[in-house]
Amino acid sequence: MFPTYDVIVVGGGHAGSEAAAAAANMGAKTLLVTMNMQTIGQMSCNPAMGGVAKGQIVREIDALGGYSGIVSDRSAIQFRMLNRSKGPAMWSPRTQNDRMLFAQEWRTMLEQTPNLDFWQEMVKGIVVKDGAVVGVRTGMGHEIPGKSVVLTNGTFLNGIIHIGEKQFGGGRVGEKAATGITEQLVELGFESGRMKTGTPPRIDGRSLDYSKMEEQPGDDDPQTFSFSPDSQPMSHHRPCHITYTNPDVHDILKTGFEQSPMFTGRIQGIGPRYCPSIEDKIDRFAERNRHQIFVEPEGWHTVEVYVNGFSTSLPEEVQYKALQKIPGFEQAKMFRPGYAIEYDYFPPTQLQHTLETKLVRNLFFAGQINGTTGYEEAGCQGMLAGINAVRNVREEAPVIIDRSQGYMGVLIDDLINKGTDEPYRMFTSRAEYRILLRQDNADLRLSHIGHKLGLLSDERMALVTAKEENTQAIISWMRQYSVDPNEVNGLLEAQGTAPLKQKVKLISLVSRPQISITDLRALPAVAEALKDYPRDHVEQAEIQIKYDRYIQKEQEMVERMQKLENVPLLESFNYRELKGLSAEAAEKLSTIKPHSLGQASRISGVSPADISILMVHLNR
Amino acid sequence: MMKQGDTISAIATPQGQGAIGIIRLSGPNAINIGEQLFHGKPLSGQKSHTLHFGTIRKGSRIIDEVVISLFKGPHSYTGEDVIEISCHGSNFILQEILQYTYELGARPAEPGEFTLRAFLNGKMDLSQAEAVADLIASSSEASHKLAMQQMRGGFSNRLQQLREELVHFASMIELELDFSEEDVEFANREQLIELVQNIQKVLQQLMQSFKLGNVLKNGVATVIAGRPNAGKSTLLNALLQEERAIVSDIPGTTRDTIEELINIDGVLFRLIDTAGIRDASDKIEAIGVGKTMEQIKRSALVVYLFDMSALSPEELQADVAKLEAEVPVIVIGNKKDLVSTESIKAFAALYPDMITISSLHLDNIEAVNHALLAQVHADNWQAESTIVTNARHVDVLRRAHEGLDNVLLGIDHQVSGEFLALDIRSALDALGEITGEITTDDLLGNIFSKFCIGK
Repeated sequence: MFPTYDVIVVGGGHAGSEAAAAAANMGAKTLLVTMNMQTIGQMSCNPAMGGVAKGQIVREIDALGGYSGIVSDRSAIQFRMLNRSKGPAMWSPRTQNDRMLFAQEWRTMLEQTPNLDFWQEMVKGIVVKDGAVVGVRTGMGHEIPGKSVVLTNGTFLNGIIHIGEKQFGGGRVGEKAATGITEQLVELGFESGRMKTGTPPRIDGRSLDYSKMEEQPGDDDPQTFSFSPDSQPMSHHRPCHITYTNPDVHDILKTGFEQSPMFTGRIQGIGPRYCPSIEDKIDRFAERNRHQIFVEPEGWHTVEVYVNGFSTSLPEEVQYKALQKIPGFEQAKMFRPGYAIEYDYFPPTQLQHTLETKLVRNLFFAGQINGTTGYEEAGCQGMLAGINAVRNVREEAPVIIDRSQGYMGVLIDDLINKGTDEPYRMFTSRAEYRILLRQDNADLRLSHIGHKLGLLSDERMALVTAKEENTQAIISWMRQYSVDPNEVNGLLEAQGTAPLKQKVKLISLVSRPQISITDLRALPAVAEALKDYPRDHVEQAEIQIKYDRYIQKEQEMVERMQKLENVPLLESFNYRELKGLSAEAAEKLSTIKPHSLGQASRISGVSPADISILMVHLNR
Repeated sequence: MMKQGDTISAIATPQGQGAIGIIRLSGPNAINIGEQLFHGKPLSGQKSHTLHFGTIRKGSRIIDEVVISLFKGPHSYTGEDVIEISCHGSNFILQEILQYTYELGARPAEPGEFTLRAFLNGKMDLSQAEAVADLIASSSEASHKLAMQQMRGGFSNRLQQLREELVHFASMIELELDFSEEDVEFANREQLIELVQNIQKVLQQLMQSFKLGNVLKNGVATVIAGRPNAGKSTLLNALLQEERAIVSDIPGTTRDTIEELINIDGVLFRLIDTAGIRDASDKIEAIGVGKTMEQIKRSALVVYLFDMSALSPEELQADVAKLEAEVPVIVIGNKKDLVSTESIKAFAALYPDMITISSLHLDNIEAVNHALLAQVHADNWQAESTIVTNARHVDVLRRAHEGLDNVLLGIDHQVSGEFLALDIRSALDALGEITGEITTDDLLGNIFSKFCIGK
């Protein structure tokens, strides 16, 4: 019944969908196996994409030719560029999405992808032969042959849902958990652990009084995630609302603490510190008498709303009563209670940079199975796992994004070298070169890779090349064009910056923090020179000029690090026999088996002295 | 050791004083740095394997006369451009030149780094390299021990405390970047300026203490002056015999003085025996006297020794005045076995703290030791205050200071937090070389423990 697939993707969430799309678009014969085809591209938690650091990742996925950006644009009900008041590296696109439309767009895009088959069934295990995966085994007893397998099981592996003292198996509320895979992998020698996450209650929007809340509208000039010209900014949006908890709410919540699975120790898994449940916030930050609540619509047409900031696993009656005390929620009707979920993950130090497992060849892990959280984090892992599964099957060199090329590189490098003991979410502070890793230049950083792999069309690549060339053309024109004091001093003084005494190059004015290119368009020569360039190309030039000092500084850091990255380490290297290495370093290096000296230097427990000793012993 | 490709600098001769000291620089900027500090022929135009005589000057001040050996890569020990500055062996001069190379952009070499570079550039075979690995392993241990020693005296405590405050601010900045959507307080720029300035003040103090630290490390310069035949050499020998703690025995950089190091209760003194002071009629002696006066100017302490049987109280007074010493003078009357109690009293009337000894009979030498120590303690040189004694640490402090300068500049230009964070990071990284690394996880951990964030 089944042919031999190049790539079998298990799971149809954000990781699985990107993995399947990437593999199929590279021309590989691909199968997506999911327990339920109705939930492909499901947003399990909040109905939003992007945000700080995450928005950058969505743009990176798009720059490589992935689907998340386009799907988000098509299903967006609100767009905001966060952190506008900060520098450009911090600008972060975010959309509120129509949950149902989002899943539908994913399904549509996947169905339109050539080389991609679907099969609905639970996968119970993988088939391993001679240390390599050769297929998957399903609940109904099918063995589907595949040259590589990408596991993206999300929260489904032995998932247990907790609401108060109730607990039941499930991958999401109302959906069955997946069993069998963890047990088999542990038998094969994998180490597994438990993690925990949670989600807030969903409310009937008709029962809310929005007049008691602050409105949070979308941007007046919405943009898109995708660099594709097919993605158009939205013409109208739905607002979100902000309200706050208060001591009354907290008091009611406290009455449920005795039945809280978190506090009674029934939940063993580790939850994220940056996404605590409301009971956790009250418990740990007792001095705060209010917490912010974001009321987010679930779509264009539905009345369902998502109560962001109120994630909880307290008994449903307690959730209900506490909600009534929130301004605007006095009459609130609940559609479904919040809950906590525990699931299996596999410490990601068991993976290579390609996301292939070290233990079983051609087996890849992506998404929450690796201990991450977030749609964007999952999506980019899925994409790279899908790409590298195909490269493996074709015996081609792996595709690795390094830390200076993208947040996705930072994510994977952190995971495989440092591991994680709480759900890993991306923050801009995790990226040491974050001034280089901006949402505005994701295409300049990554599109050439996607294009080479066949994931990005020639047309899209041509746009990137044009942006690159135009940016350089604008910068060099500004570098050689001189402005006269008479011409510009009025403008400078109006902006509160020092007037000129003599002619200067235009570029030096653009470098001034108080002056923007938009201001300088008041000069006829500038307006004329820039008139044919698209807005984002001019913006790109402006960013590169204005932040040159910092960009240069990070580039120097990258170059310095690159020297270590370029020193390869053999997997067969016997660290334990190396004289002088600290015991901890020898242990860690033997387990992680880094590919380069640079990677070795990022492993916790490996000191600079250890790196020096390694350098000496590398017989170069 | 992580940063190949920059220029490193270190003293290449063994610790302790020798007649000649060598500072070695290796890296792409070695020749350029040499050229900036060297007054003589321009080095960049010179052939490899050549020697050049000239002076090292800082501004108009001559630090020392030196010979520079020039080696161009790949035909050098390390395979890179190398210069070696041969100067006089005084630790003080060596440190001063070394500091100067850092100021011009070199960075302190890690233990074994010259050899490591030599190996990486194919200048050594594997067996030699094995030895280098051992060296690095053992010297990293040694430098760890050294660092541990530095911890005493509060250096590390002080830095630790500063670093924690800075980490807190770095967290506040990260908070406003990564969690701008949340209901959290943001980093107050005024407070940041205040903190940065406070930290800079302390860094500055620490950097300045380096000079003092050096004095302690290299010995408190103590000139023994007096007329010819007052018994200076005998006193010196007596002190040395008493302590039996000669560290080294070397002729100083001037021909007419002898320096000896002695250790009294853990404090190192550099005793400088001088030519006798008197109205010099012949030329050669005049030169000797001139040198002595110069030594006194550079010293931290003066011991004035006189022969009680050969001098009147008035002559003593005149002699001490002639020293023009701006530092404490310990007056010692020698040959007490040869004079009466009356005459001793006459001297003591002028100098109540005067010590009387008989250097020949090793009588009352202990009192001299006490007097020397008392001066050091009186001057509070070893007070609780933190003293930096390691050139590497000064360099680290300077880099931290520089990073903070950029933070202030950034605040002044009202740049956004991520740019401030970059400069704060570089300051933290610099401090981290002494106090241990700060990772992103540390910052995030700080944020999660102190602030309620997360939707």
